[in-house]
Amino acid sequence: MPLLEIKDLCVQVDDREILHGLSLTVNKGEVHAIMGPNGSGKSTLSHVIAGKPGYEVTGGEILFEGEDLLEMSPDERSAKGVFLAFQYPVEIPGVATMTFLRTALNAQRKARGESEFSTPDFLKKVRAVAASLNIPQDMLRRGVNVGFSGGEKKRNEILQMALFEPSLCILDEMDSGLDIDALRVAADGVNALRSPDRAMVVITHYQRLLNYIVPDFVHVMSKGRVVKSGGKELALELEASGYTQFEDAA
Amino acid sequence: MNVVVAKTDTGRVLSDIFAFARDRLPGAGQVAEIRRQAFEAYERAGLPHRRIEDWKYTDLRVLMREVLPLAARPDAPALTRAAAALKLHAIEGVRRLVLVDGVFAPKLSEIGRLEQGLSIRTLRDALEAGDAGLQAQLFAPDGSNPMVALNSAMMTDGLVIEVADGAVLTRPVHIVHIASGAAPSAMFTRSLLRIGKAAGATLVESYIAADGAKAYQAHDLLVLSIGDNARLDQVRLIEDGRDAFNISSSLVTLGAHAHLNIFAMTSGSYVSRYQATIVFAGENSRVETNGVNLLNGRQHADSTLFVDHAVPNCASREIFRAVLDDRAHSVFQGRIVVRPKAQKTDAKMMTRALLLSDEAEADNKPELEIFADDVTCGHGATTGALDESLLFYLRARGLSEKEAQALLIQAFVGEAIESVANDGLRELVISAARRWLEARG
Repeated sequence: MPLLEIKDLCVQVDDREILHGLSLTVNKGEVHAIMGPNGSGKSTLSHVIAGKPGYEVTGGEILFEGEDLLEMSPDERSAKGVFLAFQYPVEIPGVATMTFLRTALNAQRKARGESEFSTPDFLKKVRAVAASLNIPQDMLRRGVNVGFSGGEKKRNEILQMALFEPSLCILDEMDSGLDIDALRVAADGVNALRSPDRAMVVITHYQRLLNYIVPDFVHVMSKGRVVKSGGKELALELEASGYTQFEDAA
Repeated sequence: MNVVVAKTDTGRVLSDIFAFARDRLPGAGQVAEIRRQAFEAYERAGLPHRRIEDWKYTDLRVLMREVLPLAARPDAPALTRAAAALKLHAIEGVRRLVLVDGVFAPKLSEIGRLEQGLSIRTLRDALEAGDAGLQAQLFAPDGSNPMVALNSAMMTDGLVIEVADGAVLTRPVHIVHIASGAAPSAMFTRSLLRIGKAAGATLVESYIAADGAKAYQAHDLLVLSIGDNARLDQVRLIEDGRDAFNISSSLVTLGAHAHLNIFAMTSGSYVSRYQATIVFAGENSRVETNGVNLLNGRQHADSTLFVDHAVPNCASREIFRAVLDDRAHSVFQGRIVVRPKAQKTDAKMMTRALLLSDEAEADNKPELEIFADDVTCGHGATTGALDESLLFYLRARGLSEKEAQALLIQAFVGEAIESVANDGLRELVISAARRWLEARG
């Protein structure tokens, strides 16, 4: 059974259809890149998978390990192993990062019927993961993403990914706003999490990110559907020729 | 000649309440005369209603309807119930002073081994001792406010606490008001805290209900006098029963170079009104007031502050936050007066309301009366719902809707709670806020 199976997905926002019959199948262990021009529906797809309110699914389905994902609340999806690394992680003043991480991890574990982490075990785990991502301890004491640089916010997303151990990671424009050094650190963090038990969907506008996170499959989105799929060489082809050909094709 | 007998809506003859209580009210001679006059003043005005500007949002004729008869003196079972309630609100490292149904309860209180420079008496003793200077201070609050006048007439007990010049108390003083009576009734208390020059203290006031206390009214008044170079940290926690009324008044006077920090949180009672007058009588003093209302159901909480910048070079900060669910109603009225001589005044107030329901209501009424020209004064107000993008982020990380809301509410009030300097008291406040959040389900 595929980990994620999207069939003929149609999605509207404010009565305007953004996705028109999108299909995608992702198996465990695979890394898929979704590329496409601005406005092709890449972020809409990531939001619908994570369960963001405001999107109306008018057709098709999304199955996660064979279950109807669209019937689940965002927190249920999270507990099942769906993780969205946000393009623009929000700032939450007044909630310390450490408090947030523990509350989230224990909420997911509780939903799965697992025991909550004890404080020392939790701290040990967070510190180890933070150190591997060059995240200083004082960042963990600050409010979630408050005063973080673009690179720090993205590293905080990857920290959560490492901590929550999801089976499906969706990385929405992870490279936006990052310089090349920050990008390398973030990509190393993601690569360390590649595993036969886990799949990743990397959404990006630019081929650049795929030099660091090398995908198994590349899909080109245009005007709300996947218009071409191929191996990693498709990304290079796009880099050379641009998206124009696909915009016409769609 | 027609004699009109004032009656409440339910037909109870108002003057009977005073007449029946009179033999239980301490103080003879001059005090008894002041009480009689105060009661007459109250009788003339009656319960304040919405046509009186100051009570526009809190119409006690509609909400309270009548003043209940004086609560009975607590008997042994009442004291046992009070002791049980106290256990839930106990804090380590404080000197606890307990008033049950408006009467000081020595067995539940700690009045022995007083620190150097600390003196504690009951209001009853102070009124009966006939100390004219002290009585003048006790009766200083503005009797033209009907609820203050009623309190002057009816007060049965309270605490008179004095901190001598130079004495800095390390242990906070915790006054706990407990209602225990099963029969709906009213209690009237008044306390005085006088802090000498270069002295310091922390005062905590809690208002709670014992198991079985029904639809009671807590009428309290606090007189605070803060000397030159003195500092007071004050924490007020209104956790009264959900069908109770809490009417609290306060008169604060600060000397020069004095500092007052107030944190007040209301999560209990059906209707509450906190009306405080803060007077700067000496220069270079500072007041910070942090208020938090956590309300749901049909709760109504009104904070009405009057800050009187009578002298130059003083600073005041008022920050009020309200979290409102269901049909709750929060009122903040902030009046700042800067007198002609009060140059270099720095006064600001800010209110922020978080509405969790479409039917909740927050009313803010700032009033600035500025008669000096070299001052900094400002006010602001924001009202809004929880940020949807923050809620989604938290839910995408596994928090349920209620958990995500609770975390954001905690963050919203957390900044105010941070202003409580004492670690133990901050924990007390956090646990009160948590009780409210958990009760939301």
